[in-house]
Amino acid sequence: MDKPFAITLDVGSSKANKTGAWRTERPVYADRMPPCNQACPAGENIQRWLYLAEDGSYESAWRELMADNPFPAIMGRVCYHPCQTACNRARLDESVGINSVERFLGDEAIRQGWTVPVTAEPTGKRIMVVGAGPAGLSAAYHLTLMGHAVTVMDSGAYAGGMMRFGIPRYRLPRDILSAEIQRILDMGVTLELGHTVTNLPAALRHFDAAFLAVGAHIGRRAYIPAGDAARILDAVSMLRGMEGGVPCLGRRVVVYGGGNTAMDAARTARRLGATDTVVVYRRTRDRMPAHDFEVEEAIEEGVTMKWLSTITHADGERVTVEKMRLDETGFPQPTGEFEELAADTVVLALGQQADLTLLQGLPGVDFEDGVVKVGDNLMTGYPGVFAGGDMVPAERTVTVAVGHGKKAARHIDAWLRGTTYRPAPRPAPAAFDILNPWYYSDAPATVRSTLELARRTSTFDEVQSGLDESSALFEARRCLSCGNCFECDNCFGVCPDNAVIKLGAGERYAIDLDYCKGCGLCAAECPCGAITMQAEQT
Amino acid sequence: MTVPAQQIKFYQTGSFAVGNRLLDLEDRSVQADTDRANALTSGHRACQGCGEALGARYALDAAMRATQGQMVAVNATGCLEVFSTPYPQTSWQIPWIHSLFGNAPAVATGVAAALKAKGRTDVRVIGQGGDGGTVDIGFACLSGMFERNDDVLFICYDNEAYMNTGVQRSGATPPAARTMTTQAVGPEPGNAFGQGKNVPLIALAHEIPYVATATVAELHDLEYKVRRAMEFRGARYIHVMVPCPLGWGSAACDTIRVARLAKESGLFPVFEAEDGEVTGVVKIRRQVPVEEYLRLQGRYAHLFGDPPRTDVIARIQAMADRNIRRFGLVE
Repeated sequence: MDKPFAITLDVGSSKANKTGAWRTERPVYADRMPPCNQACPAGENIQRWLYLAEDGSYESAWRELMADNPFPAIMGRVCYHPCQTACNRARLDESVGINSVERFLGDEAIRQGWTVPVTAEPTGKRIMVVGAGPAGLSAAYHLTLMGHAVTVMDSGAYAGGMMRFGIPRYRLPRDILSAEIQRILDMGVTLELGHTVTNLPAALRHFDAAFLAVGAHIGRRAYIPAGDAARILDAVSMLRGMEGGVPCLGRRVVVYGGGNTAMDAARTARRLGATDTVVVYRRTRDRMPAHDFEVEEAIEEGVTMKWLSTITHADGERVTVEKMRLDETGFPQPTGEFEELAADTVVLALGQQADLTLLQGLPGVDFEDGVVKVGDNLMTGYPGVFAGGDMVPAERTVTVAVGHGKKAARHIDAWLRGTTYRPAPRPAPAAFDILNPWYYSDAPATVRSTLELARRTSTFDEVQSGLDESSALFEARRCLSCGNCFECDNCFGVCPDNAVIKLGAGERYAIDLDYCKGCGLCAAECPCGAITMQAEQT
Repeated sequence: MTVPAQQIKFYQTGSFAVGNRLLDLEDRSVQADTDRANALTSGHRACQGCGEALGARYALDAAMRATQGQMVAVNATGCLEVFSTPYPQTSWQIPWIHSLFGNAPAVATGVAAALKAKGRTDVRVIGQGGDGGTVDIGFACLSGMFERNDDVLFICYDNEAYMNTGVQRSGATPPAARTMTTQAVGPEPGNAFGQGKNVPLIALAHEIPYVATATVAELHDLEYKVRRAMEFRGARYIHVMVPCPLGWGSAACDTIRVARLAKESGLFPVFEAEDGEVTGVVKIRRQVPVEEYLRLQGRYAHLFGDPPRTDVIARIQAMADRNIRRFGLVE
């Protein structure tokens, strides 16, 4: 007993007092589904690649992106970015410019010549892909990564499908398109151009499975009474013609339809020298299927819009247009009022149909509304024949097609192995209300510059330019990382009991349950909602 | 005027989060550092979500870094002392001494004098206590320490009542708040208007080298103020708002949120002053009506009955508005 006066015990640390026993709830780290990822038709892990881009690890970010989508540079130009529509940041200031960052990463990859190595052991399986559009090429890419031998056949003279023959050059420069397709071919994909598959059962004998993605290339016609001299084209043929030469449209062009293809046709006509380009659409602007920015840009370029109108007659140099009104159900009804428009050419942009003759006579295959019926696994009624893209029931966008390609690849792979592919269950959504937005500062989006109008309407130069590195980095850093820990140290800092253990860079945190009293401060102060409180078992 | 700690902007988190992997190590908060002192370590008996335990660790870890570990803390009686040192255990991982409820500033003066006599002016002295030990019981000693300009930083962790003994009113209890001694009864329920004292302004009136206020909701600002205080010699005072879930009737997980709303409503002005002059205020970032702050707390529940006491809420709002005018809290 060598202790000071009145002291009978050694001084001990309070760590002997395990306050974790007080707890009725414990914090649990959880990765939730951010709205961008949830909305992406190609299934990209957007939050994750933005996280990697934030510290300048562009190559890692690109590789993360490439795990789901082989076309970042194309996506960054033509995707209608539902991710940005869903982005939680829009509730704070403006959505994160995900599409711009994607384009930056895609362009950077092309500049740097990054490639994707095929590391899987060859499976010895051969797969036929019909159609070298976004769905077919995406499937070929993923199947090749899984070790299968893929042959892509396309009746066209170039690969790309609608990306080449439907999307105008001012939105998707052809060198970018070619570079991203070439990267897939360099992985060992066999491409047979000018190869129209006519006898599918015969062709299938050489392959273990097939993925069909022939697209929807036939412009839908509407019956318009027309005089002999009327010049009527369909938009798909007109846009396709742009890849071979320059279609002769005349000075006055009337485009009939209200979708994105109608905008593409009208804007292309302007660039070909048409002085008067009028879009005739039977409903109102807010009912137009075309995306807002496409309409906006078309108007900026001098395209005139004629809403609530239908074409009733076309003749040599003029068309007759009838005014419409919307009834209570929003359906356009004729009014009996007519007017005439001068027109050298009428371009019909009334939708596209798929050419399904390839599948005629294949047993078990069903059709519905002009497209092929497929199961949840994208397989048709004929075992081993899968289909995707515009020829199956879905929204017709490049991104959806790319998503089909990935999904089909996974199911084909499983089917070849005699198993069933089951996607991992999706985590709970990271809605805005689980965030603690106090910790994010205000920073409006970086806007991509658009080509000055004069150049835009006379050339096919790209309309939108990309972000430079510093603005791409800025934009990536605007990501809120919804529902996914980004190691801000808030939980580690705000715990009054030092019960959060920091595991080091990239390793995140753990809870010291010996001392955690379950107050919930870490969960409440987590900026991105990555911590949930769960009741202890009693 | 913004404090230097807020000038770096990373847009994902701004500079408001504890750390940020994109920031250089030296630009992150002390709390983000796995080697922080943890001056107040685990196993202490503070309630769940205790603002005082959090505020004390924030402040002392910052002081430990600023002094390279060369410091002594003198503690007044109160929650902080009781929950951290039940014999024979201690949660303190720093040199720490406790004497009485009312004499902490005087003991701190004595420690500083002793260190000076021994030629150890490299060791810095911190006095600390709750609002009871600072605003009421220790006030004479504190004022004496100020007027003699003794080389002590005194930190008050203000939770606006005597929480340790069962939530009795103190000189820092705000108007209308219910405590055990200011019950929510009668025509003017809760603590009376027009009473109590504002010690940061009293400290300011002593024209000591440095006076600052802070909250547990803004860590970077709090750490900056401790660091700044350590750049001065002489008497310094920091008044930290630390919500008390038990005494305020707020949820344990809302401690930081409540402190944030106190500042964002204007009820608790966050400023700093040198030699009696205000040199900086932290502006309100997203202004809220006081009601948002009051609603989270059971001690104001009587204001939101049927019918609600809109007259009392309006008087509290007037206090916030006065602070906003007086300190220029809105851009």
